Amino acid sequence: MSILSVKNVNKRFAGLQALDEVNIEVEAGIVHAIIGPNGAGKSTLLNCFVGRLMPDTGSVTFNGISLLGKSPHEINQAGVSRVFQTPEIFGDLNLLENVMIPTFARRDGAFKINAWSAVSDENDIEAQALSSLEDVGLIDSARVTASQLSRGDKRRLELAMCLVQQPKLLLLDEPTAGMARADTNNTIDLLKTIAEKDITMIIIEHDMHVVFSLAERISVLAQGTVIVEGLPDEIKGHPKVQEAYLGGAKL
Amino acid sequence: MDALVLQILNGLDKGAAYALIALGLTLVFGTLGVVNFAHGALFMLGAFCAVSVKALLTLEHVALDPEKLTAWGTPMEIRTPYIESWFGDFGATLIDYSVPVSILLAIPVMLILGIIMERGLIRHFYKRPHADQILVTFGLAIVVQEIVKAQFGANPIPQPAPDIFAGSADIGLLIGFAENAIVYPWWRIIYLIFSAAILGAVFAFLKYTTFGMVVRAGMADRETVGLLGIDIDRRFTIVFGLATVVAGVAGVMYTPILSPDYHMGMDFLVLSFVVVVVGGMGSLGGAVAAGFLLGILQSFASMNEVNSILPGIDQIIIYLIAVVVLLVRPRGLMGRKGVMED
Amino acid sequence: MKWLNIDKSDRLLLIVFVLAVLLGPVIMTPIGGGYPDLLQKFAIFGVFAIGFNILFGLTGYLSFGHAAFLGIGSYTAVWAFKLLTMNVVPAIILATVMGGVFALAIGFVALRRSGIYFSILTLAFAQMSYNLAYSVLTPITNGETGLQLRQHDARVIDGLFGVERTDALPTTELFGLSMSGWSGYYVCGVVLIITFFISLRIFRSPFGMMLRAIKSNQNRLSYTGVNTRPYTLAAFVISGMIAGLAGGLMAATDPLAGAERMQWTASGEIVLMTILGGAGTLVGPVIGAGVIKYFENIFSAFNHDILLNVFSFLPEALQQAAATFFGLFVGEGWHLTLGALFMLIVIFLPGGLMEGVNRILNMIRRRSSSSGPPAPAPAADASVKAGE
Repeated sequence: MSILSVKNVNKRFAGLQALDEVNIEVEAGIVHAIIGPNGAGKSTLLNCFVGRLMPDTGSVTFNGISLLGKSPHEINQAGVSRVFQTPEIFGDLNLLENVMIPTFARRDGAFKINAWSAVSDENDIEAQALSSLEDVGLIDSARVTASQLSRGDKRRLELAMCLVQQPKLLLLDEPTAGMARADTNNTIDLLKTIAEKDITMIIIEHDMHVVFSLAERISVLAQGTVIVEGLPDEIKGHPKVQEAYLGGAKL
Repeated sequence: MDALVLQILNGLDKGAAYALIALGLTLVFGTLGVVNFAHGALFMLGAFCAVSVKALLTLEHVALDPEKLTAWGTPMEIRTPYIESWFGDFGATLIDYSVPVSILLAIPVMLILGIIMERGLIRHFYKRPHADQILVTFGLAIVVQEIVKAQFGANPIPQPAPDIFAGSADIGLLIGFAENAIVYPWWRIIYLIFSAAILGAVFAFLKYTTFGMVVRAGMADRETVGLLGIDIDRRFTIVFGLATVVAGVAGVMYTPILSPDYHMGMDFLVLSFVVVVVGGMGSLGGAVAAGFLLGILQSFASMNEVNSILPGIDQIIIYLIAVVVLLVRPRGLMGRKGVMED
Repeated sequence: MKWLNIDKSDRLLLIVFVLAVLLGPVIMTPIGGGYPDLLQKFAIFGVFAIGFNILFGLTGYLSFGHAAFLGIGSYTAVWAFKLLTMNVVPAIILATVMGGVFALAIGFVALRRSGIYFSILTLAFAQMSYNLAYSVLTPITNGETGLQLRQHDARVIDGLFGVERTDALPTTELFGLSMSGWSGYYVCGVVLIITFFISLRIFRSPFGMMLRAIKSNQNRLSYTGVNTRPYTLAAFVISGMIAGLAGGLMAATDPLAGAERMQWTASGEIVLMTILGGAGTLVGPVIGAGVIKYFENIFSAFNHDILLNVFSFLPEALQQAAATFFGLFVGEGWHLTLGALFMLIVIFLPGGLMEGVNRILNMIRRRSSSSGPPAPAPAADASVKAGE
């Protein structure tokens, strides 16, 4: 069964066809990678999923409801969480608070004036947040201010913030961009354990090491269209893919 | 019809002042990324350059003339400005032309002030949040304004235009209206020509010099230009100095139209910010166009016919337009899409 | 069961705060500030600063037009005195409500933008209110003269209760308690304590946490499923209501209202109070308001002769020079001091006085921990908590 279905999506930017009749069906419960050379339209496509961009034509439906024209918080409330290329966290707050906020958002919805209760009384929320921090291995720094973390740890924190919401779909935009090799491998391991929890993941990535370590299905995007889609083994060494990467190294 | 033309003309000179201030504001914001709430104070300082020059030129010495007696029977005091006793008629002319002459003083003074301000203060705020920039320049504006108040007092100090520009031109006759239908003070015409010249010079400088090209590139994409290895810092200082000088000379020339007082800077600053926002943050052309547009609209709004239908509209028209523009078209009239729209 | 739903450390803070307000006259007398008019100002601007801090300190939205709500509150209160009763309760309630109504309308528009655009929009709205109050709204605001009480005002409620009309102008009161002098201070003080308590609750609540998250990273927050607009609007309205309340109190202690209260310099002053004390801290803004009003009072009273006296230990030539120089900053020149202070704080101490206090405390703690067992410092802990 497909959880996210992208049908005939087109997007033009002043003379440039960024997305050209894109069709992707993402099956529930798997890790689906969208790869492609720079400028293939990966980020544009992702932005269409999360309500930042509006496609010119076509449809994006998640669990049967259209995501088009919805604002980011509505899409999140529907069960889609997102990890950014550069980790987006609450730098001024400590790690525990960073994770408590998404927990509140899941429990209280998009808006609730909860001004009488004290944060320190919200034991349930705190427990959930701590367990999520534990899952990503950051429990020891729960009281540290988030801006002091290393880039790899910021990514972990961001993942904890997403996971605590128990999303149905997790979008990852180049989750290892700008990371050292060791950090990358740690992140891959972490993502593998997350994948086992039955969360559907879409990974936008151009690091092939990451892609083939994680992906169960891959769509290759080039010049705004999906040129090939299939299992990792079918993608590896596919002539069209190699052509798209234009003489690039063998995949 | 003649009333409409008159209102357009009346709006033009105010619009020119807005345009000149807004040009500097947006230049500084676009290149240095700094929101300068002290920019109005620079306009005011320019105006007080004119006041100072006039005061210096009219320093007098007093002589008693025993031949003539006052009504009280004491010898008459004859006050002669030193400059007249030294240079005779030329001195008198100099005093008459004190406003344009002040520009000679204002340019170096404002340039030095701008450089000191950029080097000493603004530079350290490039990386600070906009809120901090607003606050520190706001503080500076208060300091400047209070010093001027302590020095020159709180009352407006009139600065007459040179005698030959003192009257009004009957512009209506030139364009086919009845005699005296549209009269417009000569000095305002001078101010318009002057503003156009300054605006033209700044645009030409930015368009046709390598320096200007770098500045424009910097406005489009600051980071990249920084990466090209161009000495951005020195250029930033010069851009800031340029903006300061433009604001200063605009202030000098405006003195015969509006007698300068210590808070004129803030009055103009708030409006100029609105102009920048309406024109589009970071768009030089937008700032100029919006400056004239808002000046003219304000002038229309103060017509009796309009005011009787919408009382008070002249007081709020500019703010109202800013609100509408920010809500409907956040990038401003001529701003580029996606640039600083948040 | 927690008393008023407050943590232990916060309870200490609240007790200290209440004591400080109650003992205000005792504390201020030795440093020459022990008279009711000044302490009333402390309390009123403390309320105003607390309200401003809920917006600026928590969400980071810098409003440059908050004095408009103060002015609206004052006008409303004076009208309540004129039309209803000299009792301050309806006046203060109506002032708060009107502050909230205007904040809702202005916030609804201004909060569509953030950053400097928000600042400019709020500034534009405040200037509009100010200009209108001076011109076409003169029937309501009495223009430049300012709105004042009249002997023949309607005062409907007072009339119903058969309050006698005398030849003198009536004075404001709270069920017989005069609003001038020390009783007036204590009424303001109680309002200050209540406002502080509300602010404490907001700071410690999930709502406050969301507001801090908006300041930290609004983009992340909306991708976390939170609709940020209503949160900022709620903060703006709360803060506008408190500003209206402060305006109401101002009119209650001195029943007149003028447009200059809404001018942007007044808005700038409240920004300064907040950042001077420490934006985003609980007690900082109150301290900032107190410090500024205190020094305003002292500095404004100075003149050349007093300065000459102060510098009498110097040789005569220096004495004159020093007096002339410092004369710039006192008396009429108080605003110059204010501007300079503004710059110094933003440049050197962006976290305000509270940050300064914390820095000093940390330094002491580090020194004491390196030279022996850490000294127990419970009082210091409480203030650190307050300033976090």
